[in-house]
Amino acid sequence: MNFEKLDLTIMRTTQTGLPLVSQPYQVIAAELNLPVELVMARFKAMKESGMIRRIGAVPNHYKLGYRFNGMTVWNVPDEHIDELGEKIGKLSFVSHCYHRPRHLPDWNYNLFAMVHGKSQGEVDKQIEQIAALLGDFNLENDVLYSTRILKKTGFRSHPS
Amino acid sequence: MTKNYDHIDARLINHLQDGFPICDAPYLHVANELDLTEADVLARLKKLLENGTLTRFGALYHAEKMGGALTLAAMKVPDTDFEYVTEIVNAFPEVAHNYARNHELNMWFVVATETAEQLAATLVAIGLQTGLTVYNMPKINEYFVGLKLEA
Repeated sequence: MNFEKLDLTIMRTTQTGLPLVSQPYQVIAAELNLPVELVMARFKAMKESGMIRRIGAVPNHYKLGYRFNGMTVWNVPDEHIDELGEKIGKLSFVSHCYHRPRHLPDWNYNLFAMVHGKSQGEVDKQIEQIAALLGDFNLENDVLYSTRILKKTGFRSHPS
Repeated sequence: MTKNYDHIDARLINHLQDGFPICDAPYLHVANELDLTEADVLARLKKLLENGTLTRFGALYHAEKMGGALTLAAMKVPDTDFEYVTEIVNAFPEVAHNYARNHELNMWFVVATETAEQLAATLVAIGLQTGLTVYNMPKINEYFVGLKLEA
């Protein structure tokens, strides 16, 4: 059986959050007119397959005191980027780590790692740690801080 | 910044960053693990969402695995046009996040759509409406997405 449509329906209903009631899955099932066993089974299956990264709480970085959130960007040789990216992604303070395309000559960086700290000093140390791990493969790097949040919607991967 | 949460909230926040059960009464399950009551867990979660300590509580979906398309894009916006361009970009419902950053590429936004075609069309439309070059930086590979922030 193909669950694609069902999973999308469940996602659209729940991507802004789970109901804060004793039996949240029952509430979702009632809203979708589906048996709760099926809804829970799809949640489990989507979690298993990685379609759901996790279920849980997403804190506001700033409210927990993590006021220094830097997008560190690195120019590393393409032929080594996968092994380097895997290493950087394992660091405890890195929340996102991606290989993205360069746009020469304006943008030379191909490895992105978001880091989070409670002070500038903490973030500076994190950047040093990444630089040390990359060693000679770090051809150049920069860090971009957000100066203003211009828009932040509750993340919706399928705008309706 | 003054803390909007106490030490019990902190335990709850840390615990709920590790996951949430899929069962008949999941909040009761969490309450039992933390030696709290279900009513207390629900009340604390409501408060933490209302005062913005938590931005969200629920399932985090993997956009691409759900069939959607997603990218990060950047633009060089002249300072004098910044507010005007922000209005244009933010008016697109496909733009989920938009940040000003301290670089020559000073505007960075995430675009999310149902299909790859819609994604390409949205980037073209943003370029046309703003008259600026859109630097599209879709992920080529993902090494890690996660992180637990200790409260």
